[in-house]
Amino acid sequence: MIAHAIVFYIFSLIAIVSAIMVTVSKNTVNSVFFLILDFISISCLFIMIGAEFLGMIMLIVYVGAVAVLFLFVVMMLNVAQQKNEWFNSSGRSSHIPVGLLVSIIIFFELIIVIGGWKYKPDLLDSIAIEINTDLTNTQSLGSVIYTDYIHLFQLSGMVLLVAMIGAIVLTFRQRSGVKRQSYFKQISRDRKDGIELVDVENNKGVKIDA
Amino acid sequence: MAELFIFFEQIYKILFLLIPVLVSVAMIVWLDRRVWAFVQKRRGPNVVGPFGLFQTLADALKYIFKEIIIPASSNKVIFILAPIVTMTLALIAWAVIPFSETFVLADINVGILYLFAVSSLGVYGIIMGGWASNSKYPFLGAIRSAAQMVSYEVSIGVIIINVLLCVGSLNLSDIVLAQEDLWFVIPLFPMFIIFFISALAETNRPPFDLPEAEAELVAGYQTEYSGMMYAMFWLGEYANILLMCAMGSILFLGGWLSPIDLFPFNVIPAPIWLILKILFLFILFALIKAIVPRYRYDQLMKLGWKIFLPFSLIYVVLTASFLMYFDLLPGN
Repeated sequence: MIAHAIVFYIFSLIAIVSAIMVTVSKNTVNSVFFLILDFISISCLFIMIGAEFLGMIMLIVYVGAVAVLFLFVVMMLNVAQQKNEWFNSSGRSSHIPVGLLVSIIIFFELIIVIGGWKYKPDLLDSIAIEINTDLTNTQSLGSVIYTDYIHLFQLSGMVLLVAMIGAIVLTFRQRSGVKRQSYFKQISRDRKDGIELVDVENNKGVKIDA
Repeated sequence: MAELFIFFEQIYKILFLLIPVLVSVAMIVWLDRRVWAFVQKRRGPNVVGPFGLFQTLADALKYIFKEIIIPASSNKVIFILAPIVTMTLALIAWAVIPFSETFVLADINVGILYLFAVSSLGVYGIIMGGWASNSKYPFLGAIRSAAQMVSYEVSIGVIIINVLLCVGSLNLSDIVLAQEDLWFVIPLFPMFIIFFISALAETNRPPFDLPEAEAELVAGYQTEYSGMMYAMFWLGEYANILLMCAMGSILFLGGWLSPIDLFPFNVIPAPIWLILKILFLFILFALIKAIVPRYRYDQLMKLGWKIFLPFSLIYVVLTASFLMYFDLLPGN
């Protein structure tokens, strides 16, 4: 049990310190790396409370895909040289009040939820189905999501699809003058389309692109 | 005291697994070069030791004694971390590979997800190395590999779903045991082919080695690396290839199971079968390297997103419908 507590505190310490470093670090790319460290330690915490499916999905989705794209964008935008100036300079600190507001709201939300969980458990008792503790949590998640909550699950999939289509539409530009390769065209070409035999008259030549 | 004993026992088990893996990585590099040379009618490395078997050790020794050069304008911490990340990720994944029914270091519930997660983290070593070098070729290589590995991971994930539909468990030992009657390579043969090609792309092997295409990018993300740090990238890369072969043999070729349950075959110990299957897949990898020219980048992306992803998604629907119709779904 002591070992469990020690490991828990190590992971949560790493998670908190790296979360702070995400905002404090001066180099944007370093911020993303700290964000990745944060994700990894949080997924370790998930695994420690027995939610191994959630932890692994967190690793695959957030660290394996989302953070890669973050990193990709940050590196491509070349903001690496752009230092995080507003944090230090007091001149134009319009970000700080907004940030403070958001963090205060989140703080109170957390207090309400965690306080209710601790002192008034019946306040938050919204679990409509029984959880079978014999199954592994992958199985129990699957049997709940795909039966009782199938409509909500499909709906969230739709939301993601709409977001994806929106992003594609916003960034899509039809460029002219780009040579595109079409396998079907290439394969369906035969001798007649490709070769033409021409009797060339002396000193006249042939027009190619007729 | 008992805890300490367990601790040392675990360390011993880990070393018992990792040292053979590292030695076989060295051997596999030699095998790769020999197969490559064989196809091209050359001799390949044949000087150091019998059949040139110690060539890789000689190379490693050379790398150890070379000077490590860290570019002045690089981000030093990330530059040094990158090969370490690659190597570590390539080695920790071996923890869940089952070599037989009892011989597995960590028999966890979500083994296949763990493998998938670790192989998807592999891209970080490359991105970190490419970015921290602060040089154009490595950066281009890193960006290419980021896009490539993320794309092919998607189709590998969908292929894994196909297998899981037939198994009904995420545990690697269960996946192997589900193939006792029929290896999944037979009913899911198209998926095996797509898995094999995606594995080539995921490990940046030819014909998908665009992150290190020497004709365009010098050596891609490894350009600025030298000495031991380069060797670590190199070891990590080959350990990843071996891991992908192991994953392929567990998912499709029945892991440690022998092909037929008859006398001469079923006395051969289980780990030998797994090793033979890994070797078979690796020789295919090496042959592909020798005979297929490199893909162009847009062709690579087209193959991943427009051909493999829709095809494997349709196959998921097919597999699920088939299992549902004939009432073969596992677990009920």
